[in-house]
Amino acid sequence: MLGRSGISYGPRGYSTPRSGIFSGRPQSLMSKAFARNGLLRHIDWLLVLVVCGLSALGILLVWSATSQNADPREYLKKQLLNVIIGFVLMIVVTFMDSRRLRSWVPAAYGLTVLALLAVLAIGKDVNGAKAWFDLPGGFQVEPSEFAKLALVLVTATILSKRGGARPGVKSLALALACAAPLLGLVAIEPALGVAMVLVVTVAAMIVLSGMRLRIIAVLVAGTAALIAFAGGLHLLKSYQLTRFTSFLHPAANQSSTGYNAAQAKIAIGSGGMFGQGLFHGQLITGNFVPAQQTDFIFTVAGEELGFVGAIVIVFLLGVVIVRALRIAARADDQFGMLVASGIAIWFAFQSFVNIGMTIGIMPITGLPLPFLSYGGSAVFADMIAIGLLQSVHRRHSLFE
Amino acid sequence: MSPRKSGAPAAISSRRRLIGLYAVVAIMLVALGGRLYYLQVMNTTAFTKLAAENQTRDVAVPAVRGQILDDTGASLVGNQTELVVSVDEMTLSQQSDGGVAVLNRLASLLHMQYPTLADKVRLCTATVPQPCWAGSPYDPIPVDTDVSDQIALQVMEEPKQYPGVTAQVQPVTEYPEPDGANPAQVLGYLQPITQGEMKAEHMTTVTGFSGEDLVGQAGLEAQYNIPLSGKPGTQTVTVNAAGDVTGTDGTTPAQTGDDLVTSINAQIQADTQNALNAAVGRSRAEGNNTNQGAAIVMTTTGRVVAMASYPDYDPSVWTGGISQKEYKYLDSPSHGAPLNDWATQGQYAPGSTFKITSTAAAVADGYSINGEYNCPGTVNIDGHSFANDGEPNLGDMSFAEALIQSCDTVYYDLAYDMYQTDDPRANDVTSTNAPTQKMQRMELDWGFGNPTGVDLPSESLGGVPTRSWLYSYYEDNAHKGQNWCKNGKEYGSYVQQIEWQDCQDGNVWEPGQAAIAAIGQGYVSVTPIQLANAYVALANGGTLYSPRIGEALVNPSTGKVAQWINPPVIRHLPVSGYTLSYMRNALAGVVTQGTAASAFGGFPLNKVCVGGKTGTAQLFGSNATSVFASFAPCNHPKYVVLVMVPDSGYGADVAAPAVRQIYDGIYGLEGHKAAVPNGQVPGSLPLISPTGGINPPAGYKKGS
Repeated sequence: MLGRSGISYGPRGYSTPRSGIFSGRPQSLMSKAFARNGLLRHIDWLLVLVVCGLSALGILLVWSATSQNADPREYLKKQLLNVIIGFVLMIVVTFMDSRRLRSWVPAAYGLTVLALLAVLAIGKDVNGAKAWFDLPGGFQVEPSEFAKLALVLVTATILSKRGGARPGVKSLALALACAAPLLGLVAIEPALGVAMVLVVTVAAMIVLSGMRLRIIAVLVAGTAALIAFAGGLHLLKSYQLTRFTSFLHPAANQSSTGYNAAQAKIAIGSGGMFGQGLFHGQLITGNFVPAQQTDFIFTVAGEELGFVGAIVIVFLLGVVIVRALRIAARADDQFGMLVASGIAIWFAFQSFVNIGMTIGIMPITGLPLPFLSYGGSAVFADMIAIGLLQSVHRRHSLFE
Repeated sequence: MSPRKSGAPAAISSRRRLIGLYAVVAIMLVALGGRLYYLQVMNTTAFTKLAAENQTRDVAVPAVRGQILDDTGASLVGNQTELVVSVDEMTLSQQSDGGVAVLNRLASLLHMQYPTLADKVRLCTATVPQPCWAGSPYDPIPVDTDVSDQIALQVMEEPKQYPGVTAQVQPVTEYPEPDGANPAQVLGYLQPITQGEMKAEHMTTVTGFSGEDLVGQAGLEAQYNIPLSGKPGTQTVTVNAAGDVTGTDGTTPAQTGDDLVTSINAQIQADTQNALNAAVGRSRAEGNNTNQGAAIVMTTTGRVVAMASYPDYDPSVWTGGISQKEYKYLDSPSHGAPLNDWATQGQYAPGSTFKITSTAAAVADGYSINGEYNCPGTVNIDGHSFANDGEPNLGDMSFAEALIQSCDTVYYDLAYDMYQTDDPRANDVTSTNAPTQKMQRMELDWGFGNPTGVDLPSESLGGVPTRSWLYSYYEDNAHKGQNWCKNGKEYGSYVQQIEWQDCQDGNVWEPGQAAIAAIGQGYVSVTPIQLANAYVALANGGTLYSPRIGEALVNPSTGKVAQWINPPVIRHLPVSGYTLSYMRNALAGVVTQGTAASAFGGFPLNKVCVGGKTGTAQLFGSNATSVFASFAPCNHPKYVVLVMVPDSGYGADVAAPAVRQIYDGIYGLEGHKAAVPNGQVPGSLPLISPTGGINPPAGYKKGS
């Protein structure tokens, strides 16, 4: 280690401030960074490590899923780029002061709502949903992925009171009012899976905000009444209903969504204990599972890496979620706590639904698996979320 | 200290609730892990099996269809496999230029002019003239057959250059017509299989070729479809989700169909066709509208040597899909409906050729075979007058003389006599259980009124007017069908009067009907094959066979007989050998001194003695049906030759000369070349060697 070797040559006759055991010699950048108040000292390195591992696995799985394409490395290269950009974004956000971040929230929120409006106006229609729009230079943006971030941030901002007071009905109303445009715009696309994540995240954040339970009870009752009303009006699109019901009877609907569910289950089930080996999954190389590099990436792991590989992924995702919850529990203010726990809920719910749909315990919805699925916007949003977690963690560490 | 640590109320609640969230996350992770264990560890075998089924497809490998051979091994229907280049119109039309560039490239590859190729792949519509594709636009359109391996490879290796173009090994049906033999209706034809047929033949539902499989739809192709078609093999291929083949997993080779060796002799068949055509030509030259006819050559052991149906057609119209127009022509009655095999499907009045059964019936009823019977110019039966043709009064005569001169009044009288002694009360019994009359019982015994069971599909029944038949006929036509009661008029036209009368008592068996049936007219109708078969029984001493065209099914891979096909015996006629021999002798006299004497004038009867009977069945509203049923040689008959031409005239004028011409061909008489050495058809099968060569039986020359 740089700091420990060598001899201290402090200039004679000058009193130097005592600054730890490393004082009395010129400090390198590294040692500065890892110093007690250094930038890198206050980072959750386990979280970084696990995210690196998941991203690397994701790149491999995306490569394997697309190795039969005309250009077998196209997706590999793109996903590699996505992850690199994602890491840069993560690092940038990591070193933002989480309290200064608060002042950025309205801008981020406004930008997201604008992007969601834009996608409805100029977005591309893919499989009956308008979820993407093109940027110059061949890039595509999926604003609904960023809607999750915006929701977490705006809800945390509204529900965290100065002085640690419980948020009241007014805050609740404001939080719901701010969540509504995001939820509404995402639902119109329609990106039902994302909408589900938003609903669950905002609901859990309200509960975690320390709001009085009676207010929450009224909210739950009101929501239930609204759902009953919407059900009566048949507001769900028929394909959305099919997706939900086909999850219950996969064999009955072999042609479309039931086919997805059945093929995913077969792929994962045929993986066995140790899998068929990366790039050797029979169903994966035969392209039997639709969207196997995006929403159904977990089937690649299931078939090619087997139970062992699948459990490792579940475990690593579990570590990310638990780390996020730990950061929430140790956050030094309500805002940080709510941001971290919001992200934890988002990752937990999205991971559970995504993996659950590939193994037949959840309905099929269009949700990527965090860090693993192919897709720029999703990776960026996930990485920014990790950056936010680090930012929250950093503050708490500084003040501990 | 941070505000949170200070124990603010919100923070305390939050911390408590966060613990709940930990629990929820733990439950989620355990649920995922448990489910994964259940799928991947506990049930992986089941899913592995499902995955395997998912990724393989069984593709049918078409079997080469067996050939149909004549008795010397000459191919009547050949099936070769050849490389065929086909174009998928649907893929072509999806090209940006509608496939013009692809077709241009393909045309130069196939050394074809572009317009020729373009014409072949355009779809036939009302305004598009031939050449065009008459089949389904979804089927690959064959544009070039018998291409070289090199061209096929080029097409298959460069799918980007030739999208929608394929080269495949396909069975191609050929009709070599050896010696000019074209028994089109006997051979039948092949058409793509239908869903119903796949079910009926218990074929496995397979992807790929099966929808294109060709199935015999008529004639021998239909009758022997299963042994001829062989057994398709299966190739198990691995596929991806898009259905693209990625490899081969296993193959069960296809089993080539058996070759069908028939007793048809190509040379005799060709002679028979020519004789029939000439007979029809003679009739038409006299101004008749003759447009049907049949000629049959059988051995006296029940084998069919030749079977011709006029008009014939070129069977290659079926190859590669028939057009609507062509099919309409083949099925059109005004063109004689060439699709039909009139030899087994035509139903005509046999006329005086029927007198052999009437004679046998009279003898069976106690009339002496050696007795004398009166042949007046006319006889009066039940108030109606029945006359000989030309009303000659020939006085008393023997049965032999009655057959030679074809005296009708002898048989009218006999029929009326038998009618009166034949349980007359039963004539009014109107039911399907009414007892059969004596005369008609004998007709049924000779095989009339029932299918002969020849190995061809869709054989007609013919009609013998039993009381039961009459009842059914009445039921079918009195108030429906021809609806006698509606159309008949008591004082209308001749036909209307008859219909009116039939409406009153059409179910009652009357003396006049009995009389007219005895000379093979009235309600009597026979198919040419029934009549020929009855004469076979007469010629061979009383054995009624079910005729057979097929002789054996031979496995071409081993050259061994898979199945012998022998004409089953239906029954032995209830007629004494003496009576049969008496009638054969009489029929020999027909040719020397009777009704056929002029037709056989100058025929070398000393070399080949022919016996036969003319028939001229009068029909209301058209010319008579001309029939000549014969056998040769007289003493030990080997062949029965029958020619039957409806709407033509006297049996002696139209049919008998045709029969003479056929004998000329068989035996090589009167300047003809003998079709078979010594007039003997082969007694053994041609030799089919596993290497593919087919040699004629020893002493015979293969038709070519």
